[in-house]
Amino acid sequence: MNTMTMTQMTLKTEGDTHIVVTRRFAAPPEAVYRAHTDPKIIRKWLLGPEGWTMPVCISDAKPGGKFRYEWSHPKQGSFHITGEYIELEPHSRIVHVERMHLPDPTPENHVETRFDPDGTGTLMTMRMTLPDAQTRAAMLATGMERGMEASYVRLEKMI
Amino acid sequence: MSNLDASFAALADPTRRALLARLALGEATVMELAKPFEMTQPAISQHLKVLEMAGLIVTRVDGTKRPRRLAKAGIEAMDQWLTMLRKALEKNYDRLDEVLAAMQSNPTMEPNAKRRKR
Repeated sequence: MNTMTMTQMTLKTEGDTHIVVTRRFAAPPEAVYRAHTDPKIIRKWLLGPEGWTMPVCISDAKPGGKFRYEWSHPKQGSFHITGEYIELEPHSRIVHVERMHLPDPTPENHVETRFDPDGTGTLMTMRMTLPDAQTRAAMLATGMERGMEASYVRLEKMI
Repeated sequence: MSNLDASFAALADPTRRALLARLALGEATVMELAKPFEMTQPAISQHLKVLEMAGLIVTRVDGTKRPRRLAKAGIEAMDQWLTMLRKALEKNYDRLDEVLAAMQSNPTMEPNAKRRKR
């Protein structure tokens, strides 16, 4: 099965404070939505580069509910993200805020994730709104130092 | 590393992108840089200051002249970071592909999605 072209990710910046990521998945929106909200599933994939694990993964997926993700690496240490769900529209949309703790918290990052039917699969569109330039600076620094930007800090690049 | 953020902001402005494009051709003074633009030298200097603080250009002192040139390190650092980030994100989503495939072949992982056929 060749899904390479089907699932290619795009990542681009919009202006100074927006970052938009798109990705197709060969599963219906119900499944992709659940993979983004159910902690048992999140901890299987939201791991970034090889070698990181997620010893703590808490996700209370309801409006106002909190989540907490902790990552650990045998050599590179650990860090965590906390956040709150603002809006949840099963199985099409999630709006949340989050901040990274390094250990001092970074400014908040506002994220909207959409799951739209795409044939038998799903087109995911994630749009991050960073409140100010400092936020992105902190995220960039973290990504470089930890090699862990992947997790819930989504950024840049057009293919 | 905080330079990377400044780099994005610096590149968001079309005048600054044009200045970088000009500097990609080689070192130039403020006067030379201002020429193609309908802007005053102080306005151009302000843009150059932003670019320099972002680590994208450097200033050389040459007598009374202050020619600017591209700082490759700044631009390369930004490229590197973007590449690293994209790889990490792609890794996550490749993993998610496998997880989704497992969910479909193992419905017990997905108690809410049991399809009832009538």
